[in-house]
Amino acid sequence: MMSKILIRGAQVLGGEPQDVLVDGEYVEAVGADLPVPDGAAVVEAAGLILLPGLVDLHTHLREPGREDSETVLTGTRAAARGGYTAVHAMANTFPVADTAGVVEQVWRLGRESGYCDVQPVGAVTVGLEGKQLAELGAMHESAAGVMVFSDDGICVDDAVMMRRALEYVKAFDGVIAQHAQEPRLTEGAQMNEGVVSAELGLGGWPAVAEESVIARDVLLAAHVGSRVHICHLSTAGSVEIVRWAKSKGWNVTAEVTPHHLLLTDELVRSYDPVYKVNPPLRTETDVLALREALADGTIDCVATDHAPHPHEDKDCEWAAAAMGMVGLETALSVVQHTMVDTGLLDWAGVADRMSWRPAVIGRLGGHGRPIAAGEPANLTLLDPAHRAPVDPADFASRSRNSPYRGRELPGRVTHTFLRGRATVVDGELA
Amino acid sequence: MKRHLISTADLSRDDAILILDTAEEMARVADRPIKKLPTLRGRTVVNLFFEDSTRTRISFEAAAKRLSADVINFSAKGSSVSKGESLKDTALTLQAMGADAVVVRHHASGAPHRLATSGWLNGSVINAGDGTHEHPTQALLDAFTMRRHLAGAADGGPVHHRGPGDGTGRDLDGRRITIVGDVLHSRVARSNVQLLHTLGAQVTLVAPPTLLPIGVGSWPCEVSYDLDAVIPKSDAVMMLRVQRERMNAAFFPTEREYSRRYGLDGLRMARMPEHAIVMHPGPMNRGMEISADVADSHRSTIVEQVANGVSVRMAVMYLLLGGAVLPDTDAPIRNASEESK
Amino acid sequence: MDTSNTAGSAPRPVLEAPDIQRVLTRIAHEIVERARGADDVVLLGIPTRGVHLARRLSGKLRDITGRKQPVGSLDITMYRDDLRMGPARALGPTDIPADGIDGRLVVLVDDVLFSGRTIRAALDALNDIGRPRAVQLAVLVDRGHRELPIRADYVGKNLPTSLRETVKVQLTEEDGRDAVLLGDKATTPAGEQ
Repeated sequence: MMSKILIRGAQVLGGEPQDVLVDGEYVEAVGADLPVPDGAAVVEAAGLILLPGLVDLHTHLREPGREDSETVLTGTRAAARGGYTAVHAMANTFPVADTAGVVEQVWRLGRESGYCDVQPVGAVTVGLEGKQLAELGAMHESAAGVMVFSDDGICVDDAVMMRRALEYVKAFDGVIAQHAQEPRLTEGAQMNEGVVSAELGLGGWPAVAEESVIARDVLLAAHVGSRVHICHLSTAGSVEIVRWAKSKGWNVTAEVTPHHLLLTDELVRSYDPVYKVNPPLRTETDVLALREALADGTIDCVATDHAPHPHEDKDCEWAAAAMGMVGLETALSVVQHTMVDTGLLDWAGVADRMSWRPAVIGRLGGHGRPIAAGEPANLTLLDPAHRAPVDPADFASRSRNSPYRGRELPGRVTHTFLRGRATVVDGELA
Repeated sequence: MKRHLISTADLSRDDAILILDTAEEMARVADRPIKKLPTLRGRTVVNLFFEDSTRTRISFEAAAKRLSADVINFSAKGSSVSKGESLKDTALTLQAMGADAVVVRHHASGAPHRLATSGWLNGSVINAGDGTHEHPTQALLDAFTMRRHLAGAADGGPVHHRGPGDGTGRDLDGRRITIVGDVLHSRVARSNVQLLHTLGAQVTLVAPPTLLPIGVGSWPCEVSYDLDAVIPKSDAVMMLRVQRERMNAAFFPTEREYSRRYGLDGLRMARMPEHAIVMHPGPMNRGMEISADVADSHRSTIVEQVANGVSVRMAVMYLLLGGAVLPDTDAPIRNASEESK
Repeated sequence: MDTSNTAGSAPRPVLEAPDIQRVLTRIAHEIVERARGADDVVLLGIPTRGVHLARRLSGKLRDITGRKQPVGSLDITMYRDDLRMGPARALGPTDIPADGIDGRLVVLVDDVLFSGRTIRAALDALNDIGRPRAVQLAVLVDRGHRELPIRADYVGKNLPTSLRETVKVQLTEEDGRDAVLLGDKATTPAGEQ
């Protein structure tokens, strides 16, 4: 039996304080000074920001195959802690999510976890090998209802393969999410190619390796009349290409990760592999261009690229370390720090970039909806005044590879509601 | 001086001159009947080599032994390292063995930095070459060699000296040093550019553009693609080894073309100033970046560099290990006149 | 004991420039006398001030014998027994005359003889360089408090001191003036002894 919950005095999307009444799985009413129904739980939310439950287009849950770094359960618990009510689970698991069977398994594990909806992403090619198209239609028609396809971690670099994939998913309005990385230009690459890589003697990862693939793919998408989504866009040049493609009216969307909005390749000087990530941390010029592009809508959304790794995969020399960072539990704080506290985006903008638009790109029903009567009660409450150093030991994620360890960030998710049920209460898992 | 030697960028001008001056004193030991000092008695130096480099290893080994340290050679070949033991586990093993210093050669850039900063071991870490990052003792021995030859004149002008002790106390102010070859993949070049700049030299890198890193523009040096234009204005020309395999990755078309445009032969050498020297960190590709007659000429300091390597490494080990174990700070070096009697 | 002299007093000279000149001349004569003409003497000064004293003694020996005696320096830093008690020390120069020390009479020269540990280190260092016929020791000041069975053959001045006191030798070549100063540990700048 679901009882009623009254969220009292929350700043809805950062606006004037209002009360929000949740009944069962839905929002029943939004307004000032709503009466407290009998038996309703009251959440005092004065000073807190109420957002629609966040939606992540890019999460690595690692299950099946690498349960030592994350499972669907631990990953969705981390997502709830971060204010997410839905995550897209990337396909690079073991086995690869390239069949209806694997995506249904992941989808079911998500349902069972109860903390956050898990929407599987299907692989574009069999085994992420770039040679043979995976059964995109079967994955779409499965219980998982896959709409987003990606070989993330590996670029679909064959132009014909990319063209076919883009064309094929038109049949069911799917989208190809491209990991843009020209493989030959990034052989042995370890970090952004530039001043710092030259000094550190680490193999350079040129911006052009990302930009050239994005340029090709937006042209391909335009040519075949399909839509393409660019994963973790990381350079100022990529922004320019996407901006140009959008000006043409082409169906191109893009995401940026929280870490690319904040961190630069200067951090690599420590040789600490916690800063090793794909695509690599870029320069301050890139960071500023990405923030501006997220603010003006050139970049549609923030996606975490949450990439858990066990300690031993980062506790080693740089070249031997795995690429990636955990991000679910710090994403909203980083966005507040880089976009809201800097005046680039208001809270309605955050709701747009972290909930509404990712849900639209993923064609995800029930999420990314307005906070209004009759809508699903997927909600996130945030205390924007809270400030504390990040302590990965406190994470719900099974992995601790956070680049923000010890860094003071603003904002704390106090409550997350998944279809009316609290998954996080007072910052702790319910 | 810091507690570790990872990068020449960590050395101040005074640090660098102290190392070179100390190396001059160490060099005298080689002329004695007993080529040994008791200074590091009871200290343990581990040579941790993840990459084959017999020349560098024996140079460090000779240096440590001349200072009476116990030396343990730990080579990745045939050891547990090649069976997948992590750098961390290896470090913990060395820590348990009580290593006072770890001389590390590693194929991964930054591995010595990780060893020094990760808390895996307490000893001093001396970088003996990491990936394509740095090789600081090579740069120090190069600077030592240059100083003996180029900084000896009373007026500070370049002269062709070969006397031990020449240049003691001096830097390389105004000397024009040209480094030629595969800068992109060269840890020697990176260490030299930093150190020579610190010592006041004017460094020019010469290479085909494919073998220069993107970002080289921020380095404290000049860059040229034209060796012939730079040669007559060089007090020292350092030729870097160019691996023939680079040709396969299209860094240059053929050996012949590389050699013609960027190799040092007798004709080019003849256009160097009278006093200028030719250097090479070894091992050489004779006929590729350097012709045999140049390598064997009176201007060549290549053999001398090897001998100087031992003195410089003795100096580094003495300065890092010769005193108390200190926290990782810039501890002042005590002056000789401040000793108790 | 005179306690009226408060702890804040400045170091007072116990030898002035003319005294130093005089005792060095005397030591030079003693060396010639005891070494029967001093033909095989090699003077080795211990850096920093011992080197200057050795050079001065060499000049005086030349004045007496008409011959130039080899003079050099012997740094003992790397033979010290207290290296681990502080940060690494900068080395002084070691400069052994070209003909070496084998079969020669080596006279070690230092400014102050105190614990004897410096001279112990110097003897070890000499051992690695060659085999002298004999080794003798000349010091400007012997302040006592030996910690090893070592004595000087030639002493400029015996200066009984307390361990609380410091003895500082100044030489023109290094300090711009000649003097031997006796001070209090509490008031003497760090680094003096």
